[in-house]
Amino acid sequence: MAHFIDRRLNNKGKSTVNRQRFLRRYKDQIKRSVADAVSERSVTDVEHGEHITIPTRDVSEPVFHTAPGGICEQVHPGNDQFVSGDQIARPPKGGDGGQGCGDASDTGNGEDEFSFQISKDEYLDLLFDDLALPNLRKTQQKQMVQYETYRSGHQTDGVPSNLDIVRSLKGSVARRIALTAGKKRQIKQLEATIQGFIDDPHDHPIEIAALREEIDSLRSRIKRVPFIDIFDLRFKHYAKRPIPTSKAVMFCLMDVSGSMDQATKAIAKRFYILLYLFLTRNYKDVEVVYIRHHTQAKEVDEQEFFYSQETGGTIVSSALKLMLEIVKSRYDAQEWNVYAAQASDGDNWADDSPNCRKLLTEALLPVTRYFAYIEITQRQHQSLWREYTQIQDTQANFAMRHINSEADIFPTFRALFKSQQKGEYDGASAA
Amino acid sequence: MAPAQRNSNSPLSDGPDWTFSLLEQYEAQIDRVAKLYRLDIYPNQIEIITAEQMMDAYASIGMPINYSHWSFGKKFIASEQSYKRGQMGLAYEIVINSDPCIAYLMEENTITMQALVIAHACYGHNSFFKGNYLFKTWTDASSIIDYLVFAKKFVSDCEEKYGVEDVEKIMDSCHALMNYGVDRYKRPSKISLTEERARQADRAEYLQSQVNDLWRTLPQSHQAKSVAAEHFPSEPQENILYFIEKKAPLLEPWQRELIRVVRKVSQYFYPQKQTQVMNEGWACFWHYHILQHLYDDGLVSDSFMFEFLHSHTSVVAQPEYNSPYYSGINPYALGFAMFMDIKRMCTEPTAEDYAAMPDIAGKDWLDTVHFAMQNFKDESFISQFLSPKVMRDFKLFAVRDDSDKDYVEVAAIHDEQGYQRVRETLSAQYNLSNLEPNIQIYQVDARGDRSLTLRYVPQNGIPLASSTQQVLKHLHRLWGFDVKLEQANADGTISTLARCPSDFTDSR
Repeated sequence: MAHFIDRRLNNKGKSTVNRQRFLRRYKDQIKRSVADAVSERSVTDVEHGEHITIPTRDVSEPVFHTAPGGICEQVHPGNDQFVSGDQIARPPKGGDGGQGCGDASDTGNGEDEFSFQISKDEYLDLLFDDLALPNLRKTQQKQMVQYETYRSGHQTDGVPSNLDIVRSLKGSVARRIALTAGKKRQIKQLEATIQGFIDDPHDHPIEIAALREEIDSLRSRIKRVPFIDIFDLRFKHYAKRPIPTSKAVMFCLMDVSGSMDQATKAIAKRFYILLYLFLTRNYKDVEVVYIRHHTQAKEVDEQEFFYSQETGGTIVSSALKLMLEIVKSRYDAQEWNVYAAQASDGDNWADDSPNCRKLLTEALLPVTRYFAYIEITQRQHQSLWREYTQIQDTQANFAMRHINSEADIFPTFRALFKSQQKGEYDGASAA
Repeated sequence: MAPAQRNSNSPLSDGPDWTFSLLEQYEAQIDRVAKLYRLDIYPNQIEIITAEQMMDAYASIGMPINYSHWSFGKKFIASEQSYKRGQMGLAYEIVINSDPCIAYLMEENTITMQALVIAHACYGHNSFFKGNYLFKTWTDASSIIDYLVFAKKFVSDCEEKYGVEDVEKIMDSCHALMNYGVDRYKRPSKISLTEERARQADRAEYLQSQVNDLWRTLPQSHQAKSVAAEHFPSEPQENILYFIEKKAPLLEPWQRELIRVVRKVSQYFYPQKQTQVMNEGWACFWHYHILQHLYDDGLVSDSFMFEFLHSHTSVVAQPEYNSPYYSGINPYALGFAMFMDIKRMCTEPTAEDYAAMPDIAGKDWLDTVHFAMQNFKDESFISQFLSPKVMRDFKLFAVRDDSDKDYVEVAAIHDEQGYQRVRETLSAQYNLSNLEPNIQIYQVDARGDRSLTLRYVPQNGIPLASSTQQVLKHLHRLWGFDVKLEQANADGTISTLARCPSDFTDSR
């Protein structure tokens, strides 16, 4: 008699542990493969997994087995032309000759690469492995300024609106039972005694009267127990606990003046995408604010940000001002982790650059976790770069990099977010 | 025995979709027929699983539960990859030699395939597991699942205690030597889960004390001299893992237990490696007969039979040596043909059969196939039962490849002069001791530097592959002292093949 069991609903991921162990063991090789892949494929594909290729010899498990050579005799089926004693040119290896004698390898040889697919999450893990969000820990320790209220039991004192009626009445019932039970028991006994006297053929009027009196006095004492007393009252207790902020806003600042062509914008876009993905791994909600500017700055949606073409001069400080306004009005630094990435080709109206530096150091950087500036240009650096260099020297939460071509994006990104050893940063505490 | 007349039973539904009640009906009919043919089986536990779960099962060498190791992850990734790319179909079933016998059926199969698989795995393989002498001797179906539960728990406990990496290192080394963790002559004892747990602690303690003892230099110097010349071990040891487990000086008790786990698993699979042809042949033989019988009883429809025969013939097909699909002899084809041929020799013997197989020809076929199933392994089964007819049908020919010559030579073909040679060659091809290099522990320098010497005895001058150095590194990790591999040459000289540590740098 057989027993049928439907296992289809059982856990599927029975091999997950083993799979992860494999990935962990070959992390170095896989990371190399991921890094190679990034430079080749478009960064907008980052949402997908990745195809990983590792040389087979790295993952092989060695066992003792024999090599071709010596004398070896094999039986094959389908003889169509041979008689015994025939001498045949040795067939090429791996062809119709079949496997060599006693070769114990179980997988098909000849394949020199072990390749497989990893999921998006695994890919991102590897991609952002050993990158740290700057100042993140500090944020969580210091920024516990948001509180949530939660029930934490009852207390005996409180405002009437917090009165827990059911709980209070339960207390009242319990107290009344506790205070009256003994007396009620006495009454019952006395009544039984009275009944005994009544049933007795002899009359006992005096005893009965005395007993009745006693009962009455007990009853009146029971009555004196109040229905509800002050110490029956129970009030709901609410406590506050701080919750670390887990919200982040990312400002994308970009120069859209005539000098920024579509290719440059595409590079900037990829950088923004990486930053966005990276932030989403650390924060639950990440909002994105797009600010584009030429001589004036404007908050726009994504489509317009990347694809509308404008001409004109460039005043970078206009964007910084707008960002500051938006932060002040919508993203309270106590509550939000503010990140900003600015992309530009380095063009700026020369007189404006010192303004930018002032704005950043005095107003923006204190409320910002991290401000990254990338300059996408193949020309000489201009005034903006020089001014920003000064900021970089003094402010720890400001970083700048120069990008030449698409291939630089990921290395630059890694360099910007590589484990922050820059020392303590105090910008957040100033807020 | 087999009622040949077609009954007018109303046939069972031929699906193609299956339901549990339909499966039960088929199973009941198959069970009825199997009893007619005296198939003795463990109780069946049939589990329906998805394709993904099937790949999980692949990865953990078919076992429903196993300890964690990265190599299983690698296997999973590899089979997942080739399945996704369509390079590989998944097996229709996996069956486990356990009591009750666990069989996995894929949910995607049609009812025909499910019936085929039930007949094949739950009655064919199952009865083979229960009846064949190798399985009876070497494995204990009732305790394997218990043991794996114990092993999984033990390994994960060790990982918690000593770290995943340290455990992994030992397991890697054990896996490298897994094929050398088998007792070929001693029968392993039966132990249940509770006993296993209880004994493990004692064993660990005892072992450690023994090992310390083994290496203690005796204080009396005259005694030391007299034993110094003794050869240790007194005889070469083929079970390398066992030797390490018991004698390696530096291992911790838990490491010895890990070696034991790998050894046990290896031992469990030892019979399966030696009965591939027979096991598959037997299962094919019976699914073929059982379903034919059901058809004769009028229980299955014509379309059922067509689908069944289609898949049956593709399973037992043997591509020829020059076909692009050729990858050696198909064990299903050879095994099925041989069992069918045994039946034929019993029921319709020819003069040739009387001459070649006098013990079989004309005997009761059911007795004979049961006898063949119970008492042989691939090697002996082929040398006993491969008849000239099968050799002719397969057009078998033996090719001799001597690396000293620049051609290969046809040594024998399927003719009167060649039958014997072809049969011997094919039989030797399934001889496990020919497939695995003969490497044994030859000597331990117990009084000196404690170095371990292995000796490889090549057959027909076949050399060892280059992976040897890697394996020695693993052996060195387990042994803890120098390890040397020698080769005993045909002319009686001994040459050193590899030594570790000679360039022992990478610990992986």
